[in-house]
Amino acid sequence: MFIESVVGLAGLVAAALFIYGLKAMSSPVTAVKGIVTAGYGMVLVIAVSFLNIFRTTPEAHPHLLVNLGLAVIAMVLGCVWAGHKGRTVQMTEMPEMVALYNGMGGGSAAALAAVALMSSHHDVNLLHLAITFLGALIGCISLTGSFIAWAKLNGTIRKPTRFSGQRVFNCLVFVVTLVLGLFTIFSYGSPVALLPGILFFIAALFFGVCMTLPIGGADMPVVISLYNAFTGLAVGLEGYVTDNPALMIAGMVVGSAGTLLTVLMAKAMNRSLTNVLFSNFGDSSGEGSGPEGEMKSVDASDAATSMNYASSVIIVPGYGLAVAQAQQKLYEFVKLIQADGVDVKFAIHPVAGRMPGHMNVLLAEAGVPYDMIYDMDDINESFATTDVVLVIGANDVVNPAALTDKSSPIYGMPILNAYKARQVFVIKRGQGTGYSGVQNSLFFQENCTMVYGDAQKVMAEMVEAVKALGHS
Amino acid sequence: MVSVTSMSFIIALYIFMLAAFTGYVVISRVPSILHTPLMSGSNFIHGIVVVGALEALFNATSWPAQLIGFLGVFLGAANVMGGYVVTDRMLAMFRPSDKNKNANDKKGQQ
Repeated sequence: MFIESVVGLAGLVAAALFIYGLKAMSSPVTAVKGIVTAGYGMVLVIAVSFLNIFRTTPEAHPHLLVNLGLAVIAMVLGCVWAGHKGRTVQMTEMPEMVALYNGMGGGSAAALAAVALMSSHHDVNLLHLAITFLGALIGCISLTGSFIAWAKLNGTIRKPTRFSGQRVFNCLVFVVTLVLGLFTIFSYGSPVALLPGILFFIAALFFGVCMTLPIGGADMPVVISLYNAFTGLAVGLEGYVTDNPALMIAGMVVGSAGTLLTVLMAKAMNRSLTNVLFSNFGDSSGEGSGPEGEMKSVDASDAATSMNYASSVIIVPGYGLAVAQAQQKLYEFVKLIQADGVDVKFAIHPVAGRMPGHMNVLLAEAGVPYDMIYDMDDINESFATTDVVLVIGANDVVNPAALTDKSSPIYGMPILNAYKARQVFVIKRGQGTGYSGVQNSLFFQENCTMVYGDAQKVMAEMVEAVKALGHS
Repeated sequence: MVSVTSMSFIIALYIFMLAAFTGYVVISRVPSILHTPLMSGSNFIHGIVVVGALEALFNATSWPAQLIGFLGVFLGAANVMGGYVVTDRMLAMFRPSDKNKNANDKKGQQ
């Protein structure tokens, strides 16, 4: 009874710290404090949960020492492996890392359900069983789905797998999974339930694979966010099954927050959630007819000179910047022209980088202060009154065709209004198209000039050019 | 028996409902520049599942249950640790410009 109270109170404190921590993460000023606070809650609740060893079921008593040993080994292995991975991962590879950790959480929830089903045969209640299975189903989907997302993002799986009748096939897999689950629930406790129970888990895992395979790489951030919400939901449901309100609260908070985040992301990408899940886009490489005309180009040093003499510059970075590892050079250039009195701002499109907010992390890594970085909504008015816009490694997010050309696949996507500026420089490796495969009509505009070359090399040349000006 | 169970299920629904609104409200005020660390931070928080996995493993009575429980604790621990380290690394990099910091200090003095 005493232990139960201690465990329960620790869970309560942890849940409060989690919510406080998430809240603190809503501002960059307090965000670090937020994650540390949530971390204290986690340490507390995990440490105290080891007290549960003293209130196991009588059937488990002969196995206590082995179970405790296994638990300690698993904790240490998991922490050491993930801690090492997390400390060494490149910032550019963050999206797949989040996917991986998230899948593991889903797997943990599914494993928890499986063990609970295997161990306790008393206290059988249809509702309990149904919720256990629902949590297990969602956890399994999150596990294998996240792993497929991880493989897609790090390039292990390059092409979406699609075949005719795939949707029907996926539906069939899902229905089979449900039937197996129902059969197990109604025969639970008898030996007949074992085989369909095992098959249920296999089918659920398989469904996660089927569901994720046909989704294109461009939609992966939304999918990861969705699976993040799924894992939260699974954790919440398993929390109910194991009578643990801390799990219920933490899981459901993440479940709803993750769902909201998913919707926000999908909206920013101009994709509805149903579109992401059930239509095949995200890797279309159709040759858009596109605008015709001449693209002008100019040397890096000339572009640098005109930015140095401008009064205001907005920089639009895209993932291409990070691919070329040019963030440091870019910021060095920015500091130089800032010293000459140029007003410099960074404009971030909601889908810049590989997932929303990713570009901010990459710029922060290069030392760019966050108050120089503006969201699309905050800065879009300013483009018309800006002297120079520098676009680096971004393409579709500044394509005015999204506003005007109804036949364009990206029509309707909100863009950064870079085309309104007096002068636009675009640093680009070659004349190719962007992620969507659409030609960019901005590049053919009168006020737009291309600077061809690798972003890092171009930025180095720009730094040199400005330094040369300073000495003259 | 039945009435007790259905009562606790209703309470569970209350908890779920309140938690869902909490999550929604807390997230809706987060600026988009923090979306990536936030996803990773919420990912860390659902790592609390390791607590449930531990309890399940403690109560395991057969080797298959022990094996799966072991796996569950390993996965949950990795979720917690990885989520924390990655979020902390990302957030530690966000800082304001010196100019603004000074401006804020001055404001504070006035």
